[in-house]
Amino acid sequence: MNTTAAPESHATEHGLSTAGYVRIALILAAITGLEVSTYYVDFGRLFLPALLIMMVIKFVMVVSYFMHLKFDNKVFSWLFYTGLILAVGVYCAALATFKFFG
Amino acid sequence: MWFTLDNLATAHDTHEGAAHSSTGLSNVKLGMWLFLGTECLLFGGLISTYMLYRGRVGTGPRPSQVFDIPFTSVSSFVLLMSSLTMVLAVSAAHKRDDRSTNLWLVITALLGATFVGGQVYEFTAFYNEGMGFSTSLFSSSFFVLTGFHGVHVTVGIIMLLALRGMLKNNKVPGSRAETVEMIGLYWHFVDIVWIIIFTLIYLIPA
Amino acid sequence: MANIENFATPSSAMGALKRPVVTKGWREWVFTVDHKKLGIMYMATAMFFFVVGGLEAVLIRLQLALPNGKILNADLYNQMFTMHATTMVFLFVMPMAAGFANYFIPLQIGARDVAFPRINAFGFWALLFGGLFINLSWFLGGAADGGWFMYAPNSGPIFSPSHGVDFWALGLQIAGIASLTGAINLIVTILNMRAPGMKLMRMPIFTWMILVVQFLLAFAVPVITVALFLLSFQRNFGATFFDVAAGADPLLWQHLFWIFGHPEVYILILPSFGIISEVLPVFSRKPLFGYPFVVFSGAAIGFVGWGVWAHHMFASGLGPVSVAVFSISTMAIAVPTGVKIVNWTLTLWGGKLWFTTAMKFAIGLIVLFTIGGLSGVTHSVAPSDTQQTDTYYIVAHFHYVLFGGAVLGLFSGFYYWWPKMFGKMLNEKLGTWNFWFMVIGMNLTFGPMHILGLQGQPRRMYQWTENRAGEGFFNLAFWNLIASIGSLVLVVGVFLFLVNIFITARSGKVAPLDPWGARSLEWMTSNPPKEHNFDSIPTVHHLDEFFHRKYAEDANGQMQQIATAEEVLKQLEDNADAHIHMPSPSYWPIVIAFGLPVTCLGVIYSIPLAIFGGLIILMGAFGWALEPSTAPDTDFDPPSSSNTSKDVVHVG
Repeated sequence: MNTTAAPESHATEHGLSTAGYVRIALILAAITGLEVSTYYVDFGRLFLPALLIMMVIKFVMVVSYFMHLKFDNKVFSWLFYTGLILAVGVYCAALATFKFFG
Repeated sequence: MWFTLDNLATAHDTHEGAAHSSTGLSNVKLGMWLFLGTECLLFGGLISTYMLYRGRVGTGPRPSQVFDIPFTSVSSFVLLMSSLTMVLAVSAAHKRDDRSTNLWLVITALLGATFVGGQVYEFTAFYNEGMGFSTSLFSSSFFVLTGFHGVHVTVGIIMLLALRGMLKNNKVPGSRAETVEMIGLYWHFVDIVWIIIFTLIYLIPA
Repeated sequence: MANIENFATPSSAMGALKRPVVTKGWREWVFTVDHKKLGIMYMATAMFFFVVGGLEAVLIRLQLALPNGKILNADLYNQMFTMHATTMVFLFVMPMAAGFANYFIPLQIGARDVAFPRINAFGFWALLFGGLFINLSWFLGGAADGGWFMYAPNSGPIFSPSHGVDFWALGLQIAGIASLTGAINLIVTILNMRAPGMKLMRMPIFTWMILVVQFLLAFAVPVITVALFLLSFQRNFGATFFDVAAGADPLLWQHLFWIFGHPEVYILILPSFGIISEVLPVFSRKPLFGYPFVVFSGAAIGFVGWGVWAHHMFASGLGPVSVAVFSISTMAIAVPTGVKIVNWTLTLWGGKLWFTTAMKFAIGLIVLFTIGGLSGVTHSVAPSDTQQTDTYYIVAHFHYVLFGGAVLGLFSGFYYWWPKMFGKMLNEKLGTWNFWFMVIGMNLTFGPMHILGLQGQPRRMYQWTENRAGEGFFNLAFWNLIASIGSLVLVVGVFLFLVNIFITARSGKVAPLDPWGARSLEWMTSNPPKEHNFDSIPTVHHLDEFFHRKYAEDANGQMQQIATAEEVLKQLEDNADAHIHMPSPSYWPIVIAFGLPVTCLGVIYSIPLAIFGGLIILMGAFGWALEPSTAPDTDFDPPSSSNTSKDVVHVG
């Protein structure tokens, strides 16, 4: 593990400031509030797509900003999203054979 | 990807020193991201099992009968905020601000413990409402999925506290900032899994 | 010469136990983190399980040699075929490939060790303990008996009341952890530890195929982890995930198993493809034909391999759309495989062929794998597959690809790399006998199974009766007997290999530096390689770097020798790095790995034991975390003055 080779200040150059992180957290909190509101307010036909879209936005925001993927080397994104896309692909296909999607 | 890696490699060739890394990236970080990629397939399988079985309640309670959305919303919010405190710990570690790093690590662990405590409470409540582990396919798949997630959070808490102790006693082998960052990546991953679970399992009714 | 300090004694290791001090006798192996030692340990373990699995196969064939076989009862027969397959897949081919990968990947990419040496050691011990754990069930009430893919309801308590399936599920879980950690380790190693100039498209094909395999493993293992967890929860804690009576879908298991299981078959075959892609060019005296095609077809197999799993389930009533989709994707995956066969054949074309034993096994693979591949294509046609499902035709198919493909490739690797690993040449004459007995034996054993299967003999019947054996050419009695005789021929073949190892160890010819006129970096070091692999890390300028250091084009465009292997090696030695710190041995890998089977035994028998196992793991994890992977300078006694100088080279 040649961790010592990596300069320690490297990642902060690309990360956000404290205020930036707090702003991201506030947006995440707001989206969560909106998500929870679907439990009380009837969104009609928008219910399902709205929830899924908000879920994806929150997911991507945490991965991109809190986990630095947006600022980091593309190789990391490549490794992680390969796993994610593979998982979504095979499991949706498997669920489809059970007629899960209608 | 090939080209990215190779360009990095070329740039690195000029660099003397045999503790080399062909891509210029850290081994640990590459390994961690790959591990998180593989975890997607683990949780994907558990979530799919739940999705398939969520409506099969037998004589037991239905999801909508036991879920307490306001309660779970609060604990979801707590876990989400622990991601903020975690990233602040990582940021402080990169600035070599030991005091803040320690503080944020402890707060993160406390938020995580609050979440796990909430989960224990929730499980107990479900059990008292007649939803045991083997009551129905729904209950088994629910407990396995959220239980696995809870175990991941618990492991994260242990790592956070151990890390804090090691930082304090100056016992972290290798780069301190990177170690904090790696545990941070794990922690955020646990959080994004819960983002998915909260929507798919709790908010979308069976 | 390089001054190797990895044997210096770390005096003040952190953690509960002191760092292992020098390494002699058994300690040299038990606490090692050296990728070469671990590679050999992987191979020895795999060889042991190969013999175990082989004996199980012989018992199966003896049972079926004659009508109304009496050697095994039905119950024991079920255990035998389940454990035969489990052993061969998980405890022989996979660890053997892991052994080759461990030993040769760092050498082929010009590295001194893997990225995470301790994780490497942990992976080996977890595999060994997992394998022993599964086989422990033989002595504790009977082994797993539901077939290697353990479909429900055969995996449930009604049809499998012993603890066999519990041992099977938990043992595979342990082996899976080993595979996962190994995969992450090797991927990071290949991406990050390459010598200067070793671009991806200059990597040897074996390294490429292992890279693809490790990606498959990394993403496939978690899927079976889920399946095995669900099974364990069902059997040990009262869940009903695969219990139809409780309203479950037993197909869920089939999906999870085969989402893992199909990438798994490429995990089994691609390492052998990689091995013969090294062997064929060397013994054809030509570069590999179409290197990029072999690389990209390997990557394509790795990719498409994720979209074909349901062809194992054509007979399960998936519905016409699913069957059509998976049928087409299965036909498609034959294309990149075919590309490889064409490339190998064209590598042979016009070459100066040298029929060493390694070469014979490689050519054997091309021929026999092609037969197995073609019968595989017949399965992709869903209607014909419906007739073939669960017959001996399937057994014939997968033994042609796994024995004719994977196993022959591994044997090719043994003969090719033995001098590299042990500094002695395996006996070529005995090797030829070894080869012919194995090839004839395998064709006698598995060839007749095509006929048996198309005649309708089910793959898991434990007895057959004479009055239903049929007549003439298609007489089941005749072909069953031939298959059983063939299995004994195979046994002789494998036995000859073991004899060859024994003879070579006692009185084998000492290997010259470059016995085959090889092309890749692993030969650019002594036989066997030094602890630190290379005295100085070579800078790579070509694909087949070692070859290009020995040969260059003259004015007429002809390849002429410009240096001997000895001269190339001398050049590296003259530029040797002064001080090389190799990763230090560690107790923790084996401690954590030992905690796993303890925990699993506890899951089956008593929860307090499981908690105790968990504590072992936790303690090991703390020891591990507190211990630097390389002992720090101050840990050395006396502190080595050279450690402060700039020319110290840290590895791993």
